[in-house]
Amino acid sequence: MGRYVLRRLLQLIPVFIGTTFIIYALVWAVPGDPFAGKCGERSCPPSYVAEMTARYHLDEPLIVQYFKYLGQLFTGNFGETYAGVQIGDLIANAYPTTVRLAVVALLIEGVIGVAAGILTGLRGKGFLDSLVLISTLFLISLPVFVTGFVLKVWLGTELGLIKTSVGSDPSIGELLVPGFVLGSLSMAYVARLTRTSLMENKRADYVRTATAKGLKQNRVVGVHLLRNSLIPVVTFLGTDLGALMGGAIVTEGVFNIRGIGGLVYKAILTKEGMTVTGIVTLLVLVYLLMNLLVDVLYAVLDPRIRYD
Amino acid sequence: MRKRRLAACLAVPLAVSLLATGCGGGDSGPPADTVTVEWGEPENPLVPGNTTEANGSNVMDALFAGLVKYSPDDASVHNEMAESITPSPDHRLYTIKIKPGWTFHDGTPVTAESFVKAWNYTAYGPNGQQGGSFFEQVKGYDELNPEEPGAVPRTKELSGLKVVDPTTFTVELKTPLTIFPTMLGYGPFYPLPERFFADPKGFEQHPIGNGPFKFESRTPNESLTVSRYDAFRGPDKPKVPKVQFKVYDELDTAYEDLVSGNLDFIRQVPVSALAGGIWHTDLGRGAQEKPGLLTQNIAFPLYDKRFQNPDLRKAISMAIDRPTITRQIFAGSRTPADGWVAPSVDGYVPNQCGEYCTYNPRKAKELLAKAGGFQGTLQIISNGDGGHAEWSEAVASSIRQTLGIDVRFTPTPTFSEFRRQANAREFSGMFRTGWIADYPSIESFLTQLYRTGASSNDYEYSNPAFDAALDRANAAPSIPEANRRYAEAEKILAQDMPVIPLWSQPVQAGLSERLADAKATPFRKLDLTSVTLKPQHP
Repeated sequence: MGRYVLRRLLQLIPVFIGTTFIIYALVWAVPGDPFAGKCGERSCPPSYVAEMTARYHLDEPLIVQYFKYLGQLFTGNFGETYAGVQIGDLIANAYPTTVRLAVVALLIEGVIGVAAGILTGLRGKGFLDSLVLISTLFLISLPVFVTGFVLKVWLGTELGLIKTSVGSDPSIGELLVPGFVLGSLSMAYVARLTRTSLMENKRADYVRTATAKGLKQNRVVGVHLLRNSLIPVVTFLGTDLGALMGGAIVTEGVFNIRGIGGLVYKAILTKEGMTVTGIVTLLVLVYLLMNLLVDVLYAVLDPRIRYD
Repeated sequence: MRKRRLAACLAVPLAVSLLATGCGGGDSGPPADTVTVEWGEPENPLVPGNTTEANGSNVMDALFAGLVKYSPDDASVHNEMAESITPSPDHRLYTIKIKPGWTFHDGTPVTAESFVKAWNYTAYGPNGQQGGSFFEQVKGYDELNPEEPGAVPRTKELSGLKVVDPTTFTVELKTPLTIFPTMLGYGPFYPLPERFFADPKGFEQHPIGNGPFKFESRTPNESLTVSRYDAFRGPDKPKVPKVQFKVYDELDTAYEDLVSGNLDFIRQVPVSALAGGIWHTDLGRGAQEKPGLLTQNIAFPLYDKRFQNPDLRKAISMAIDRPTITRQIFAGSRTPADGWVAPSVDGYVPNQCGEYCTYNPRKAKELLAKAGGFQGTLQIISNGDGGHAEWSEAVASSIRQTLGIDVRFTPTPTFSEFRRQANAREFSGMFRTGWIADYPSIESFLTQLYRTGASSNDYEYSNPAFDAALDRANAAPSIPEANRRYAEAEKILAQDMPVIPLWSQPVQAGLSERLADAKATPFRKLDLTSVTLKPQHP
């Protein structure tokens, strides 16, 4: 196990170098000149463009620029935006918010989704089952910005129960509704996945054996049935957490959450190459670590899976 | 079993370390006496000479006071830091006396030197300041900005600027310019403290000005807070202790926040709230509207030989049904243009464009036939990220229906790509141009846009008669006379039609119920000194 994890961690190094280079090259391949739109409707003074180009090494070949950037990165310096703001500061401000939102969304989709899945999966056909099926279908069919906008206007503007936007450094309470919006789609999938998986395993041989040897129903379901049925759900939740950590452009926009998604989106639009590269590199690392976490969790859930 | 426990031991810390950053955090609403206003992340470091865009300059206007100030009501010009601005008889040499006793926020006095050093710094090419070109009228500018790339200027100072005594300096211009004093309220003309020249990097993190508010704190991409500067000497004292500028990416979200009481002021009302006058119902007395110094036009790439014929350009202009489009797309919140300058600007003359800006299908078709028709597809190019798609489609369909030619709206993905194509002269169709006046003068809508080789003349319009008319106006004996002569120059544009005026945009701002007063300026910024809280919210 230890060697497996070590091997996986070592694999991060080539992936890290590869992604930073690809992202860096891609960002500069996007058409547009970062200083073309900086002075509003007028073209910037040539002296301004010359000074900025020299300061950010934009006149050098891509490969030289990249290694300069990488060297900077190894000293823990993410560089600065064209507005002179430290990118490290931007990430340090935005990332906690994104992580908090991701955790809230994951908890909501995990708890509600798994609970709904277990209830319907165990009981089978009936009113509750139809209700969950229809409501999940409804949630899946709605785009996130519709859910977000409707909830915001209804709960915020009409009823005044929530704030229509989330402040900087938000509390968990403030993030409940945005978290629900963000997690709603996955919540529906989790409910359906759990339900199907349970239904399938309910008739498995090992469940019959467990019941036949006189185990209590709680133990049959809790230890034998659920543990086996939750493997696909954990896979889904794990990759989903990785995706949520990458920020949520739409939800962040609707609730004005100052997270990583909006930051990277705006950086792409304004050709802030260094910001994009810095954030995306970080996101790739987080995603890889999340995958590792999921793989390790498999071994916890299923003793048949071994990594040595 | 041992293996599983090991796995758990690994999984738990990994999970915890990833999530730990997310824990904590508390409610962070600003205190009750802080006024929050809608804002966007500034595009440049917070230095006045390097700030020309709206967000950055809104903060600059709060932190700094210039020689003159524009009234937030009608943009009329009055002295702020200047005691007097005296022109020589030929309007080429200005003697500027400043009021004594003013201080920067760090306690150091504001002197003539503070202005001269700041202007020299901004105008000096290698410093790469965005506002540098505003000094091109001053004698010595060309020496600081050599044409050939990479050349280092031999001097660092504008020869036209001279300090006479601590409260007096003189400005010598290259050519006469009667309206020069009007320009002096614009951001790049603000003074800078000694602290800036000692440590520019530190200054960007913590700007020090001489204005009504002083810098408090900033979280990049989230908010910026300023607080009242008690030693401010200007006539308009700040009335609220603190103002927080809050970054919004979506105007609609800011509007929702305003309506539900989480925000106190927005500079602009989203189109979704303009429809059917919803914003009047939502905001009641907080809905504020006044004429603005903003125009929306579409320009011809005159470097493309298909657009050389003025009759063709006039035909297209007359094929656009401006009143219907402004009513249907903007719920009547735009004023159809009758000339090339905003109607509320000092020096505006009505109906300068005349029949060429009036919808007239029959005459349009005649002119098109006279010009020999138009072959191929006429493109209307605009950036897709600025909310211009709707009206661009409407203008395209108006021209298509009237003239029977193939017209298509072609969006470019981003504003920066749009500007790159404009600078590279790569447009193969008509393109959007919008303009916000820098200072309240009709000249701000003419020189930079239409003079031969001017900085925003992206269409390469050149007419010696127009340039000569501007020169005559620049040298006029008085401002009213200058305005009259600028209007004559504007009249020339009607014959050439290099750019089709569409409409001008009023400033539509929104105030929360907490505020007794807050004025949006005609430049679509918030005048911070006008902000007053209602008494029940002390």
